[in-house]
Amino acid sequence: MLTEEQAWKLLDEVPDPEVPVVSVVELGIIRELHCRPDGITVVVTPTYSGCPATEVIGLSIRETLQAAGAGKVDMETRLDPAWTSDWIGDAAREKLRAYGIVPPDGRAAVGAAQPIRFVRKTLTCPRCGSTNTERLSEFGSTACKATYRCKSCLEPFEYFKPI
Amino acid sequence: MVATMTQQTTATPEHIEYVLRLADNALILGQRLSEWCGHAPVIEEDLALANISLDLVGQARLLLTHAGNLEGKGRDEDQMAFLRVERDYRNVTMMEVPNEDFGRTTLRNFFSSAFQVLLWEKLVKSSDSELAAIAAKSLKEARYHLNHSSEWVIRLGDGTEVSHAKTQAALDYLWPYTAELFAANPTDEAIAASGVGPAWSSLEAAWEGVVLPVLGEATLVVPARTPFKSYGKFGRHSEHMGHLLATMQYMQRTYPGAQW
Repeated sequence: MLTEEQAWKLLDEVPDPEVPVVSVVELGIIRELHCRPDGITVVVTPTYSGCPATEVIGLSIRETLQAAGAGKVDMETRLDPAWTSDWIGDAAREKLRAYGIVPPDGRAAVGAAQPIRFVRKTLTCPRCGSTNTERLSEFGSTACKATYRCKSCLEPFEYFKPI
Repeated sequence: MVATMTQQTTATPEHIEYVLRLADNALILGQRLSEWCGHAPVIEEDLALANISLDLVGQARLLLTHAGNLEGKGRDEDQMAFLRVERDYRNVTMMEVPNEDFGRTTLRNFFSSAFQVLLWEKLVKSSDSELAAIAAKSLKEARYHLNHSSEWVIRLGDGTEVSHAKTQAALDYLWPYTAELFAANPTDEAIAASGVGPAWSSLEAAWEGVVLPVLGEATLVVPARTPFKSYGKFGRHSEHMGHLLATMQYMQRTYPGAQW
C-alpha cells in the first residue's frame, strides 16, 4: 500500500492531457485521497462540465497509482465545491506562462446576472512581454481557454480563463 | 469517467420532471449547437459554438444521471439521453427549432443563457444538494455563454443592413417561443413549494430585465406578446424534434448498448 504522502507525490507527476505543463494536483482536480490497507480512494472534481479530458485524467490517475502498487483504486466524483481556476497556485501559474498560456488574471467572477459586454482585459504577451494584444475569441482550443493575439510580435497565444 | 454515487431517494414525480426539464434543455440545445461544428462563419465562432455545446452536453450528463438516480429505475445517463421516446423529452420547444442561420442561433443562445444564469443562481440554494452542486458549476459556464451571445446580438442587430434584417427575423420567429419558459404549470408550483427550485414564471421579470436592454442596444424591435402556445416541456414537441432525435439516437438505436 501507499501512504497518502506518496500518493500525492505520484499524482503530482500526472500531467493534464490538454495542458501537460501542469499536473492534475496543481490544477486542483484532486480534492482528497484516502488510503486503505487494500487500496485508495481518489476524490476528483471536473474542471468544466463537458471537459473531454476528464476521462483520460481518470485513466491516468488509476494507471499511475496501480503501477506504484496502490492496490484497488476507487474514483469518486465530487461537484461541490465547484472547481475554480483560483485553485491554481502561483508556481503552476508561472509554468503556464512559460508554456505560452497566460494564467487567469485575478479571481473568478461572482455576482451580477447582467452580461458584461465588450470589456477587454489587457493581457501581456507571454512571448515578448508586449501589452499591445487583442482578444480574438472568448473560446479556444479547449473549454478552459480564450484566444488572443499579440500585435507586437504577431504571435497568437492562449489565455486560461478565470472561472 | 466514474459513477456518481447512486442515491436511494423518495423523489416526487414533480421533482424528477423538473430536473428533466433542465437536463433536456441543455441536451437538446447542445445537440443543435453541435451541428455548427465545421460550418460557422469564422473559425473563432466555430470553436465557440462547439465549446458552448460541450458545456451544455456536460451539464446534461450530470442532470440526466441525477434524474436517473431520482427515478430509481437504474437508468443511466446514456439510457436517458438516447433511449427515451419523443414524448418523454421535457425541453422547451425553442431549443429544438432548427439553427436556421448564425443570427437565430446566437439569439437563441442569448435567450437561453440569460434564463439559465437566473435559474442556476436560484438553484445554487436548492434543497436538493446534488442539484445545487450542478447549479454552482453550470452557473460559471452559463455566464460565459451569456457574455458571448449578448455581444453578438448587439453586433448583429446594430451591424449591417443584412445582419440587422436577419437578426430581426430571428427575433420575430423566436420571441413567441420564449413565452413557454414562463408559462405556469402544476410541476413548477409543487417544486416552488418544496424548496427544490423556483417556479420558472417567477423569473420572467428578471429575464426581461436582462434581455430587453440588450435587444434595445441592438436596435431590434421586440414583437408584441401573442396567444401563441408551445408545449415542449409537457412532452408535446414540434415537427423538428423527431428529426433531431433520429440523428442523436441513431447509434444507440442501431447498435443497442454500444460503447466507445
